[in-house]
Formats: sequence, structure tokens, C-alpha cells
Amino acid sequence: MGIRFILMVNKQGQTRLAQYYEYLTLEERRALEGEIVRKCLARNEQQCSFVEHRNYKIVYRRYASLFFLVGVDNEENELAILEFIHLLVETMDRHFGNVCELDIMFHLEKAHFMLEEMVMNGCIIETSKANILAPIQLMDKAS
Amino acid sequence: MGSQGGFGQSKEFLDLVKSIGEARSKAEEDRIVLHEIETLKRRIAEPDIPKRKMKEYIIRLVYVEMLGHDASFGYIHAVKMTHDDSLSLKRTGYLAVTLFLNEDHDLIILIVNTIQKDLKSDNYLVVCAALNAVCRLINEETIPAVLPQVVELLGHAKEAVRKKAVMALHRFYQRSPSSVSHLVSHFRKRLCDNDPGVMGATLCPLSDLITIDSSSYKDLVISFVSILKQVAERRLPKSYDYHQMPAPFIQIKLLKILALLGSGDKQASEQMYTVVGDIMRKCDSTSNIGNAVLYECICCVSSILPNPKLLEAAADAISKFLKSDSHNLKYMGIDALGRLIKISPDIAEQHQLAVIDCLEDPDDTLKRKTFELLYKMTKPSNVEVIVDRMIDYMVNINDNHYKTEIASRCVELAEQFAPSNQWFIQTMNKVFEHAGDLVNIKVAHNLMRLIAEGFGEDDDTADSQLRSSAVESYLRIIGEPKLPSAFLQVICWVLGEYGTADGKYSASYITGKLCDVAESHSSDDTVKAYAVAALMKIYAFEIAAGRKVDLLPECQSLIEELSASHSTDLQQRAYELQAVISLDARAVESIMPLDASCEDIEIDKSLSFLNSFVQQSLEKGAQPYIPENERSGVLDVASLRSQDHHEASTHSLRFEAYELPKPVIPSRAPPVSVSHSTELVPVPEPSYPREVRQTASVSPFSETGPSELKLRLDGVQKKWGKPTYSSPAPSTSSSSSQRTVNGVTHSDSTGNPNSKTRNTSHDSKRSQVEISPEKQKLAASLFGGSSKPEKRPSSTGHKVPKTSTNSGAKSHMEKGVVSASEISIEKTTPLQPPPDLLDLGEPSITNIAPFVDPFKQLEGLLDPSQDASAVDHGAISSSKSSDFMSLYADMPTSGENSTVANPLSSNLESFGSAHGGSTVVYPTQTSKGPNLRDALEKDALVRQMGVTPSTQNPNLFRDLLG
Repeated sequence: MGIRFILMVNKQGQTRLAQYYEYLTLEERRALEGEIVRKCLARNEQQCSFVEHRNYKIVYRRYASLFFLVGVDNEENELAILEFIHLLVETMDRHFGNVCELDIMFHLEKAHFMLEEMVMNGCIIETSKANILAPIQLMDKAS
Repeated sequence: MGSQGGFGQSKEFLDLVKSIGEARSKAEEDRIVLHEIETLKRRIAEPDIPKRKMKEYIIRLVYVEMLGHDASFGYIHAVKMTHDDSLSLKRTGYLAVTLFLNEDHDLIILIVNTIQKDLKSDNYLVVCAALNAVCRLINEETIPAVLPQVVELLGHAKEAVRKKAVMALHRFYQRSPSSVSHLVSHFRKRLCDNDPGVMGATLCPLSDLITIDSSSYKDLVISFVSILKQVAERRLPKSYDYHQMPAPFIQIKLLKILALLGSGDKQASEQMYTVVGDIMRKCDSTSNIGNAVLYECICCVSSILPNPKLLEAAADAISKFLKSDSHNLKYMGIDALGRLIKISPDIAEQHQLAVIDCLEDPDDTLKRKTFELLYKMTKPSNVEVIVDRMIDYMVNINDNHYKTEIASRCVELAEQFAPSNQWFIQTMNKVFEHAGDLVNIKVAHNLMRLIAEGFGEDDDTADSQLRSSAVESYLRIIGEPKLPSAFLQVICWVLGEYGTADGKYSASYITGKLCDVAESHSSDDTVKAYAVAALMKIYAFEIAAGRKVDLLPECQSLIEELSASHSTDLQQRAYELQAVISLDARAVESIMPLDASCEDIEIDKSLSFLNSFVQQSLEKGAQPYIPENERSGVLDVASLRSQDHHEASTHSLRFEAYELPKPVIPSRAPPVSVSHSTELVPVPEPSYPREVRQTASVSPFSETGPSELKLRLDGVQKKWGKPTYSSPAPSTSSSSSQRTVNGVTHSDSTGNPNSKTRNTSHDSKRSQVEISPEKQKLAASLFGGSSKPEKRPSSTGHKVPKTSTNSGAKSHMEKGVVSASEISIEKTTPLQPPPDLLDLGEPSITNIAPFVDPFKQLEGLLDPSQDASAVDHGAISSSKSSDFMSLYADMPTSGENSTVANPLSSNLESFGSAHGGSTVVYPTQTSKGPNLRDALEKDALVRQMGVTPSTQNPNLFRDLLG
């Protein structure tokens, strides 16, 4: 299954994007996000970018005010997930141009569309920025 | 603001986003969202809402749910939006539905029809949107509704569609493997797709399939190797490159698959050595992504049959990881070390100090990873240090999930490697004291059994010493508050059996303690039951020994209390206790013999002691007994009834239908009860009062099944006791094979690597001079010091029986290693893959052209808009490129890129008003200006749009990649 969820949370702990690849109820999601964010925000920059939580491993990375958190299962290559996060940010940067937190908030659905191209069934399926952005650009064009 | 040229949204939406963005607390955010819910409930039900407006409402609903509130009132509108003709609305509708609903939601049925229609659309983007939804919304029951269309789409002209169709099929496989079992060949076919994206996606389902059954896919090894080779040789389109690495994510997936296929398979492993070696050589170990691939190579190398050259390269990579300053790399290094150590146990030693540093690091993640490594390298010589460390750590954490895990590891290691019985008991006491409620109750039963049976060597004095020391330690602990229930059960049982056995403690002392336990845990019936059973045993032993029994007043009142208990079990125990006390010594001795918990209880199934009585009766003219199933006419009913009777004895209702009557049924019971005949086992037959009572007294709780009670004593006994006994144990045969393996590895990697290891160990020794003596001591106790390396192979032999698969693989290994050395010499020839469909690179002109083409057109379409945006941003876009350059220049050096943001954490607020402050923060970065200017630009744009960002929250505008 690989990736279980992808979260973007700012440093006040407010969720900016949440995508789960297995179904959790609203309450479960709320509790999970609270616990994880508390754990990750408490860590300093020297510490590992990986945290174990229940049966998940969380790989996280901070960009300015925004934390990107990816929950994976045990078989996943943590460093690769760390770079996957960076690829996601680079892709958003290419699309939005110097992407910032507000871009994601104003274009929540587009951020989701990019994720839909990159990850399906919890697997990374596309890593070419051109391929990821093509359908989104076409859609912009059409509308 | 990006290529879409401004916001297409209303002022209302922008205000909402702005207020959420500037909310200072969760409470404020909740207020905003609750208000928003009220607004949406009113608005969304209005008639004739323009489509664009509706799309916005749907996104606002997504916000509501994302921020933790229920938006179910609007689900139906999201569902309706999926019917829309406009692609952007349709896709937004699908997105919202996948975020809101799980696959079993009632509304899904309304979407299946739409999905079916969209899968047939001429617009491939509509098909893609539908396939996205298929992956999220189709459950096992609805698979057949879309399956034929999905299969058809596997051959679609657009690669994006084929890719998503593969993933839809993958999803069906995950949901219900049987629904697509006949379609597995499609995955094989798509592996050879012209488009690298489709090929890359196909690796996901194939990896799942291979994980379950690798033997059916051995024929694909050549294909995977050939693809990996081409990827590594940069024959995929440039757009797959990531930080100068060719398609690293595909490489990693392929390496994972190869690791599965090469595990325990000599031929498959040999096919991969060259390409894995090439990749390891090529990896850029200065970038994160390079190290990610390198790590995956190490995993692969340690999974397939060992190859000396690859092992050496892996060891080098690991030492680079461990020596790095980055915690992330150290973490990966420790993990990799844990994998490689199974094959070459020597490797840990040269990194001992690095490992200890990680163990003592304040970073919990690193510490836990290191414990995992220690767990893997535990052997009799270092078990005490390791388990003590683990327990120390366990005592101090609150995380129950991890506490459970580490406690069960302690138990496992202690059972397997305990150097002495005393140590074992003490260790178990500590584990029970601090995590007793978290460990499996089986562990408690195992402990009781171990104390009861002793340790196998017919050395009764050692066993009784062990029991005395257990009793003593329990009497010391018993007064402590808040002992876990499982631990108290063990304590009660041991005190009952052996409390008075060595004559050190009087019966009244022990019974007093037991009464205290029962009293202070009055809400725990299980503990009380154990306590009463123990009391009964103590009194029975006293009576049998001819001593007079004086019931303590607290014991008397306990019995009275329990005779009126709501629990019938406790009541019965109380009455039994009273009955036993009133019997004479001879009777008591036969009911409750001393130290008989390990005696086998023989059950006379044929009731032979009645034979003479039967004979007498027959002689007196009684009718002979005819077994029920032999009586004419009632055969079926009778066997049914006997079955019925059998079931009834388990005291539970049975809900499933009865099996068809079979004449063999009665014979089912005896074999089971034969295997039951060990002592801790409930006797199923209720017709033997004496035996029943005895078992009840021995094991007050018989709810756990007989097989569960069984400890793996065979293994333990061999390990324990005097070393003279343990060394010729059966495990040596495998350990000797291990030794030869090591021998081979050494002789293979002649002179050069050997001297290298020596050098590094010298280095570490030299550095040890500056290292605190405590650390040195710890290192010596963990790794056994470098002075006696010949001891290690034999001790690893002890680990072999633990993982049976491993030992199986290891016997292969000898061959693998020997032949691998020959292979690595002649290796150059055999791996030239036959030219096949998979050759993505060779016909590069023809293959890549169709792949790039649509996007070229696309780019053509998009160019103007990009230009426009460039104009929009004026100065920014020109500086943007330099931004990227700096970003890429940054990448290699920053082990964690997040360090860039580091200084921000403390005083972000204070920067508030002036973005320029960031110049101070990024002293190394040259392109300050654009960031600031860009932020201001955005600021201005947003103001133009009617949103006035307060200076409170400049974070919202900060470039993520700044």
C-alpha cells in the first residue's frame, strides 16, 4: 500500500490539505492529525525527518511555514518519500510560480489534482512534472 | 500568481480563505467554519445556482471537512456535480466525492452510472477523471459494473488513460483478488508499454503480486533487469530525471521487486548482480535521492543471494551513512546495517561507536531504530546489556503502542538467550512491573510454566533454588501499588505452589500476603481467583504435612465474602477451599499432591476401573450395553445427539448449522485429549470429578487453549543451563555452515578489504581514546570487543534457528557465495538481454516521439498563457530561473533541505512586518531580492483582488521553496 496519507499543515497546526488513501472517519482523521502534528512540530531541525506513530511511519519536511507530512507503512524507503515531498513542492512551484501557502489555499482543488496524478492506490505512479501538470494545464485552458 | 492569471474566485471565497488563513487558534478557526456551515446550508439549497458558484460551494465544503467538521449536508451536491458536462466541474465533483465518501457509502450507487458513462467518453481527460474515481469509490460489489470498460481502456491510445486503467485494475486486485485473477496477464503486457509512465505504474500491481507469489514471476527477472539497466543508462525521457538522477522512483521500485525475486534464488540473483553493482557505483551519494537509491540497493543486496563484491559496496555505503552528520542518513544507515548484519555479522563491529552514539542520541526515532538493530544482533554474550537498555528505555516512555512492542521484544530475547535463571526471573519481573498489562497473557503463562518445570536439566536443586528466588522476589514486590493484573496472577500462582516449599516462610505469612492481594484488588476477579486457588494449595500442603491449620481472620472473612460473590467461579472456589480444609490428611494429599503442577494427569477414557463392576452386573443377568450408534433405528438421531452433547459441554451456543452426521465423529475427541494430557490443560470431559477438581486447582483459568499455553521450551532448554550442554545442541550444525560461509567471504575478499576493516577498527580504536570509558565499556559489552573475532560465527549460529527461513536461505548461501565469486569474474557476458519489447531506449526516435508529441502540442497551446503570466510577473519570472538554480545548487549539500527553514522557527512572528528580515535568516542565499519582491507582488495582487492581508500572517505569502 505504501503511502497511507498526505497532509499539509502549517506551523500553527492548521490543516491546509489532507488526502487519505485508506478510509478513516472524520473523528479518526481529526485525532490522527492532532497527534501527528503535535509530535512533528515538537521536533527540531537536527532530528530525523521520520517519526513512528502507531503503525505508521511519518516522513515530514518543512517549507517555510508549511509542513508536508506523509504517512507510510513499514516497507517504504523513507529517503525516497522525503524526496517525493520535494518533487511535489517543485511541481507546485512550477505550476503556481514561487508557490506559497496561500496558493494552495486558493487552489486547493488543483493541489489535489496534482496529487491525483502523482499517487494512486497509495503508490507513486508519476514523477515527470510535465506529465503531472499536463492535464491540469489542459483543463485550465478549456475553462 | 501562476499560469492561471489571477483568481477565478469570488470575493466571498477569498474572504473565507483569508480568515481561515489568519485564524490564530483552533477555536477561532472552528468559529469561522461553523459560521461557514450555516451560510453554506442556506445557499447551497437555493434554486438555479450558477455552475461556477456551485463549484466554489463544493470546494468550501471540502474546506469544512478538511478542518474537521461534518459537511454531509452537501454530499449530494458534490454527487450531482459529477454529472456536469464541463470537465473542470466534473473533476471537482469527483474530487469532492472521493474526499467525502468511502466506498461503502449509500450515495455511491448514484455515481456508478456516471462513471460508466464517463469511462466511454471521447475526451480522454474525462476518462481519466472517471478512472481516478474508480480507484476510490468502487467496492467489491460494483467491480463487475465497470470491469469490462476498464479492461478495454488498457489499450487506449492515450498513455495517461492506460496508466490509470492499470491502477484501476490494481485497485480491484487490492479489493478482491479473485475478481481480476484472470486478468493478471494484462499487467505483464503493460510492463512492455511504450510509455515509461505506464510501465512505471504497472510496477505497482506487479510488486504486489510478486510479494505474494514470487515463483510465478521468475521469468520476468530478465525484463526487470533490462528495464532497470535502461533507466540507469538514462534512456528514459529527461522529464523523469530528478536532481540529475534518471527516474529514481522507478529505479527504487524495480530494486524492491528484484529484492523479492532474487531472495533465495541463485539463478535470479546472478542475473541482477551486474546492474545492481552498476547502480551502486553510479549513485550520487551527495544528494538525498542518490542515497535513497543507494539504500534501496543495500536492501536488495541483503535480500538476494550474497555476492562478495556487492556486500563490500553495501558495507562501504553503510559506513558513509553512519559517518554522516545528517540524522536521516544515520537512520538509514542503522536500518541498512540491521539488514546486512544477517549476512555478514562482522560488519557491526567496525561501527560500534556510531551505533552507540545513535543509541544515546536524544532523538527518539534514531534511538528506536537502534534498538531494532540491537534486537537483531542479540546473542547470549550481550543479551544482558541489550535487554537492560531496552527495559530502561521502556520504563520511561508513555507511548503504549511502542511500549508493547519493546516489552514483547524483551520477553522474546530473554526467553531465547537468558544467561541464568535468576536473571531471567528478574528481567521478567521488570517487564511485568512496567508493562504487565500490555504484554500478551501467554507470556505470563509461559513464565509460570518455566518456573514449574524448571529448566530441563535434571538438577532439582537448581530448580528449587530458582523457585525460592522467584518466591523471594515476589514477596518483595507484592506490596507495591498498581501492579498489573497479569503479574499478580503469576505472583499468586507461584506463591501458592512454592511459597512454603523451602520452609523459609510460614504458611500464615504467605496466606496473609495472598489475602492482602485479594483484598487490595477486589475489583479484579481473575486475581482473586488466583489468590484463592493459591490459598487452597497452601492449606492443603499444610494439612498433608500433618500440621494444624489455623485460618487467619482475614482469610476467613475473604472466604465468607467470596462465598456470596456474584461470580459463580469465585463462589465455587470459596466452597471448595472450605471443603478441602475439613478433609483429613490422606484425602487432601491425594487431591492436592505437593508440587504436582507438572505431573501428567492420566485419564482413563475406557473407564477400566468399572470393568469388574460391569462383569458382576452381567453375571447377575443385566443387559449388556449397546453403544448408541449401534442401536437400530436411531442411528442418525443418536449420533446427532452425541454431537449435540459434545457441543453442550463447551457451554456456548452454536449458531452455525450442524454438520452432516458422520459415524466417525466420536473418535474426534480422544486424539485431542491425548495431546492435552499435559498438566496445565483443561480436561474436557466433565464426568471425572476428581481430575476436574485437580486441574482446577492447578490452573485456575483454563480459558486459553492448550496449544497456546505451550512455550517453545525445546528451544529454550537448549540455550539455557550449563554451556557444555548448550554447545552441542542441534543448532551447531547450522552454525558450522554459517562459519564456512564466513570463511568463504573472508577468503574471497582477500587482502584488500581485510586490511581495510583492520584499518577502520584501528581508527575506531584510536578515536576510542577520546571517548568516555562508559561508552567503550558499552561497546565492548554489545559487540564483544574486537579482540576475539573467532567467537562471533558460533554465536550467530544461535540466532539461526530463530528465523527458520533464514537458515534455509543460508544453506543456499554457501553455494551462492562460492559461485558468485566465479560469476563476478565472467559476469560481463551473460547479461546482454535479448532485444525485446521492453527496450525503451533503442528505438528512441520512434518510441519517444509519440510519447512526447501530445505534450508538444500541449506546450504549444499553453505557451501564450505562460507568456502572459510571465508578463504579469514581470521582473519575477526572470528572477525565477535564478531561484531555481539556487534551489538546485542547494539540494546536493543539504542533507535535509528543511535546514533552510531552521532559523525561522524561533522568531517568525518578529519578522512579521518586513520580509526583508529574511536576509538575515538566509546568509548563504544570494537571491534574496526576488523572494521579497515576489511576496510583495503577490501581496499587491491579492489586495487588488479585494483581500487585504493583514501583516499578521506573512507566512501565507512566503515562498515554500524560498
